[in-house]
Amino acid sequence: MIGRLAGIRHLREWSVALVLAALLAALAFLAPAFFRADYLRGLLVAKASVLIVALGMTLVIVARQIDISVGSQFSVCGVIAGLLSTAGLPMGLVALGTVAAGAAMGATNGLLVAGLGLPSIVVTLATMTILREALRWLREGQFVLGLPDDFQWFGLGQLAGQWTVILAAAAFFLAAAWGLRHLGAGRAVYAVGSDAEAARLAGLRPRFVVFLVFLAMGAVTGLASLLSAIQFGVVDPNSGAGLELQVIAAAVVGGTAISGGRGTPMGTLLGVALLGTIGPALVFLDAAPEWEKAIQGLFILAAVAVDALAWRKR
Amino acid sequence: MLLRMRGIVKSYDGVRALRGVSFDLAAGEVHALVGENGAGKSTLVKAITGAVVPDAGEILLDGRPVALPDPTTARSLGIRAVYQQPALFPDLSVAENIALGLGAGRAFRRVRWRALRERARALLARAGADIDPEAEVRRLSMPEQQLVEIARAIGAGARILVLDEPTASLGGREVERLFGVIRELRAGGTGIVYISHRLEELPEVADRVTALRDGELVATHPMQAVSRADLIRMMVGRDVSAVFPKRPMEPGPTRLAVRGLTREADGIRDVSFDVRRGEILGLAGLVGAGRTETARLIFGLAPCDRGVIELDGRPITIRSPADAVAAGIAYVPEDRRRHGVIPEMSVADNTTLAVLRRVAAHGWLDRRREDALAEAYVERLGVKTPSVAAPVGSLSGGNQQKVALARWLATDPKVLVLDEPTQGIDVGAKAEIHRLMGDLAARGLAIVMISSELPEILGMSDRIAVMHAGRVAAVVDRAGATQESLLALALGEAAPAPTGGGP
Repeated sequence: MIGRLAGIRHLREWSVALVLAALLAALAFLAPAFFRADYLRGLLVAKASVLIVALGMTLVIVARQIDISVGSQFSVCGVIAGLLSTAGLPMGLVALGTVAAGAAMGATNGLLVAGLGLPSIVVTLATMTILREALRWLREGQFVLGLPDDFQWFGLGQLAGQWTVILAAAAFFLAAAWGLRHLGAGRAVYAVGSDAEAARLAGLRPRFVVFLVFLAMGAVTGLASLLSAIQFGVVDPNSGAGLELQVIAAAVVGGTAISGGRGTPMGTLLGVALLGTIGPALVFLDAAPEWEKAIQGLFILAAVAVDALAWRKR
Repeated sequence: MLLRMRGIVKSYDGVRALRGVSFDLAAGEVHALVGENGAGKSTLVKAITGAVVPDAGEILLDGRPVALPDPTTARSLGIRAVYQQPALFPDLSVAENIALGLGAGRAFRRVRWRALRERARALLARAGADIDPEAEVRRLSMPEQQLVEIARAIGAGARILVLDEPTASLGGREVERLFGVIRELRAGGTGIVYISHRLEELPEVADRVTALRDGELVATHPMQAVSRADLIRMMVGRDVSAVFPKRPMEPGPTRLAVRGLTREADGIRDVSFDVRRGEILGLAGLVGAGRTETARLIFGLAPCDRGVIELDGRPITIRSPADAVAAGIAYVPEDRRRHGVIPEMSVADNTTLAVLRRVAAHGWLDRRREDALAEAYVERLGVKTPSVAAPVGSLSGGNQQKVALARWLATDPKVLVLDEPTQGIDVGAKAEIHRLMGDLAARGLAIVMISSELPEILGMSDRIAVMHAGRVAAVVDRAGATQESLLALALGEAAPAPTGGGP
């Protein structure tokens, strides 16, 4: 019923799910403390914003682009959320302003990539540096302090706040999964990423699609940054440092092809879950936690190697 | 015998592509290989070039059994292939490409550029190509790239040369030049395996012909002993009359009118013609005459400097393909392998790509509606696919072309522009596409068909616009046209005198 290619795509998702299940089984056996509800809830909250940005990145990579400025965008959005809030704006407007700021940064990337036809890795490398340095110059590394009470957890209690973040991420995941599959816009992203010229010949507007993808990436980063910032009483101006690599890694491990046209939100969810579990697992298993990054790197290599082997076999 | 293959068997995933085929090639011989797509031609060629290793059978070179485990071994034995799609490095110069193909340059030896260029120049001259060795390959046309590949094969001193559809993208004059090169190579003792869907050209170059069908050898004959009709029967077991269905002319009011279309950058000057409802207008001409460029202007893929496009008598503005689609113009491009379909996407997704808005039920895509639409077209066009969920890339060329066509028929267009609709596809699929074009025209569609095959132009068109050097040289009725008269117009000669006239 599903084509050979789709079969392979699911093969990847199943294999990631299998590795994740094995890891969780080992934890259940060796360190059941990992499964304490409050610990797991904390882990989910911590990964919620990573998941949201990774889903945006999936969209970008499926469209055969890349955005390495999301970490800087994330930091900028967090600071903007904090500053808007300390300026006395109600939380609704703070949220709106943060997402709009992200959308504006994404739109700038989109204009440069789609409008001028510049390579996205160069454009976003430049905007990554510009945004990071501008923020450093403006904030000089200072945290945003003196946030009003309703900033943390939207003024809800810790437990309600945590659930809000988790449910927001879950809702976003469902919307992304459904939209990419059932909206014409989602189909257009896959078509443009597979073969932009063929998509243009089919009457789609590849440049406009790419522009919108970058805009969405920015808006989504704003949302994620907001959900991250409200977890704390202060805003760290470096909250997004290194985020771009985390989310690209998660998407790739989840089966999103860097060459465009292939990738699913489900795969990315599994990628985020697998990479996000390694660090805690090392701690709980009493292994050396400093190996977390190296093991994540190994998983990335394994993922692309499995892909290459699966393709060669055909 | 230079090459002898006996009982070659090859299966892919349990599907038998070759079932014990025998084939031989003498030095100084051109041996044509014909068959429908999927008949096993490419697999047989790959066995010769070492790209696939047969499951059974033996290959003898100069009477001695050889193993051809990989292309490198085959190349070292003097076996070279030039494929339909040139495999050159687009960013390197012609001379560099030729040098690389000859295995020149050990890693730490200085490259002797001047000598390389001279060598390249000499080889290009032998291939009959007038190409600057320092030109970047990406700036060359498809036929020019093919000539570079042939020059490279000559330079490698190939004893066995496989030419896979070498004339598919060539115009008449380039074909003649290529045939000259082939005859010269043959005289020099090279054995040539020649694959072509253009059966009419085989008597000009081939000494013998072998037909394959469903992975089996049908027969090998001396070329003079078989007619074109014989060949087609060998390939499909079908009569010639099925190839070009006749269609009664049903004139309607003018649907598409093109007036003074000009784009200096492409050399398109003052192109005018019109197409009526229910009419097929053939757009003939040599490669480079501006036919595809004209189609691209009509579809909004490139902006025109001057000119008017009218649909049903009203001028329309087309700035992008999206505008063209909205106006009811559909364009099936020449290079379907690259841009006509999206190979990774399924038959259903490809079919609905230009009508996403229409298959959306309440703003979102309705999978069942998409599948139903795709299934309807699969049925109507006779697309051979395991299901509408199969990726288009897994289908044969003719079926991919049908999917490309299905996408555009789904938009319910008023004007259909087909660029080389049957290039490189097998005779059976070709006949089906021709029959389909007839049906579509009968329903009132206006069709513009670009084709380099004169029999196709003459068989399918109601009227024929012949282009030469970016202009329309003449628009003629099918009734008064012959291959000779069209060719003369395409070559830029004055309209020929009627039969029996002249000095």
